[in-house]
Amino acid sequence: MNNSTSARNNILSNLRKSPVTEEKCPRDVAVMERKSWTAAEKVLKLKSMMEAVHTEVRLCTENDWKNTLRAVVKEKGISQLLYGSKTALAEKLRNMRQQTPDTMPELVDYKQPIEECKDLLFDIDAAITTTRSGIAETGSLILWTTPDEPRLMSLIPPIHLAVLHASTIYNTFWEAVDTEQWNSGMPTNALLISGPSKTADIEQTLVYGVHGCKELVVLLIQ
Amino acid sequence: MTNELLSPEKFQRDTLSALNNPQLRRNFKRAMGGLMEKRQAVFADGEEWQQLRELGRSIRANALRKLPDLLEKLESNCRKNGIQVHWAESVAEANALVLEIAQRHQVKSVVKGKSMVSEEMELNHFLEQHGIEALEADLGEYIIQVDHELPSHIIMPAIHKNKDQIAQMFHEKVDPEAHAETAEEMTALARKVLRQKFYEADMGVSGVNFAVAETGTLCLVENEGNGRFCTTLPPVHVAVMGIEKVVERFEDVPPLLSLLTRSATGQAITTYFNMITAPRKSVEKDGPHEVHLILLDNGRSLMHADELLQKTLLCIRCGACINHCPVYSRIGGHAYDTTYPGPIGKIVTPQMKGLLKAGHLADASSLCGACVEVCPVKIPITDILLRLRHDKVEIKQAIPLAEFGGWKAKTERLVWKSWAMIFSNPKLYRLKSIALSKMGHFAPSWLPVLRNWTAVRSTPSFAKKSLHQMVREAGLSDE
Repeated sequence: MNNSTSARNNILSNLRKSPVTEEKCPRDVAVMERKSWTAAEKVLKLKSMMEAVHTEVRLCTENDWKNTLRAVVKEKGISQLLYGSKTALAEKLRNMRQQTPDTMPELVDYKQPIEECKDLLFDIDAAITTTRSGIAETGSLILWTTPDEPRLMSLIPPIHLAVLHASTIYNTFWEAVDTEQWNSGMPTNALLISGPSKTADIEQTLVYGVHGCKELVVLLIQ
Repeated sequence: MTNELLSPEKFQRDTLSALNNPQLRRNFKRAMGGLMEKRQAVFADGEEWQQLRELGRSIRANALRKLPDLLEKLESNCRKNGIQVHWAESVAEANALVLEIAQRHQVKSVVKGKSMVSEEMELNHFLEQHGIEALEADLGEYIIQVDHELPSHIIMPAIHKNKDQIAQMFHEKVDPEAHAETAEEMTALARKVLRQKFYEADMGVSGVNFAVAETGTLCLVENEGNGRFCTTLPPVHVAVMGIEKVVERFEDVPPLLSLLTRSATGQAITTYFNMITAPRKSVEKDGPHEVHLILLDNGRSLMHADELLQKTLLCIRCGACINHCPVYSRIGGHAYDTTYPGPIGKIVTPQMKGLLKAGHLADASSLCGACVEVCPVKIPITDILLRLRHDKVEIKQAIPLAEFGGWKAKTERLVWKSWAMIFSNPKLYRLKSIALSKMGHFAPSWLPVLRNWTAVRSTPSFAKKSLHQMVREAGLSDE
């Protein structure tokens, strides 16, 4: 990498020679802190923003979310569901499958490295994941992917079911970054997901389901 | 696929042919109109827009002020995270770095997310010369790649084509059996074809929208999911970025992201915002085993050396200036013959390629300032255009470019010198006025300097009396 080293030295020394021209700019972040909603408003805001981009947001509670999930699974005809087996959600899903195998699809664990289970991921109907939190302003899910719920779960299967707890919804992305101090350390991959994949590259016609998931269903537990 | 032909003569020819292409003009008019409306709707709160752009500008300006330090910080934090960092002064060096990585891994096929820096590098072309298939995975980029064209817009590369033209292309070059005619059918077909390519690819290439120095994080903005595929599924990921893309803090990201997506396409946010901080760790099941970051200069450090020109580097590549440019919306992106078209291209390209080759682009503006009004980081595009026009003829103060001088510099310089002399000397000025009012209309309309105007308009006639004369006759005082 000798070339790269000399390029590095040249670039940095050129940049250091530049006259310091820009005055230090005042940095007023008030505009980022202006948006604030009540808990109920945040739910509605997130729901309406996500629905505007084709996401199905199903409001439910701790008591009835299992029924909501069963209904979604039935509607979409999901026969196999990819899941992370070590999350808090996983135990509940396994119980559902055990208790009511007719209304709950087979659960498939993403337990091997992708190189050994590529076909599985490309063939499966759907994946279910937890989320870290949500963003009301833009209608986004925040995912910090983990070894148990890897990155491709929310990308390859055509349907992505995401479980979001209303209490975790932030007003803005700014608030999430600030509150959780993302500057102190980031995971291998963090994601904001705001709808199923989409494109408007053909004559600005909006089409959903281009490369990533075709359908995004959010179970929003209040 | 190269810019070797970039020249004022070609630009003039291509502009004329674009203006006389009604289909092309309809395609652009519809597209730009829609984008302007959408942008306006998401910035309906004027006060918020002003405050947010003030913040965006200050973030970018502070980053440029500390650029060398931030690049070093980014490098050291990326390395701590396991990302391998490389530096390239030129496009050739950057391409060689990508090739070396690819060859080390015996890469046969590369999938690419949308990246303007890789367009600067003409990376696809380069890799293919070395026997490596490089496939664009963004739908718009894919369409033009299959059709052997260059992007005509930095955000929507295939915007010059309408649905029927794309359907024809899919039929001829992708799958004659598929009969994909609607946008939905064509998108579904591309999904099928490209999923297979993602499945097989040995290496993924992406750009970088923001790189966060304090955490060593590479941020990518996209709607389609192809960027996530390219950066997650293949065993090797190579990210290429211009050295100006670094920001200091993570908290710089939310305001810039908001400005970027709203300015670009009028979206509150894109579908995916992908933040990459490390290659796959041993306990993780997916993600690339190696992540490489290539930092490309390609003329940027020269821009950085000048107080005004440095502001070119504030750019976050949203394309709003392009969408609002009356010149771009009439001639489209291809006439410019550059990686970056429209207003931002007119200031970037002459600085990257030199005034000799690309100085004419700075002339292709009416200086209406629509671009300046919508720029989310307040780049003084018109000031920079004027500066480039000036430096093109005034070699003494020329900007520190690899090659300067300029197109017809001598003639232009002579004209401006004479103009300055006449307008700063009352006697000469009066003489000129008298001469023009008496003899101006004898100037033949076929004179080279007049021809472009008189070919399509009637020659303006000179008033018999000058304003000065009329004012004097009306008895108005000079005060």
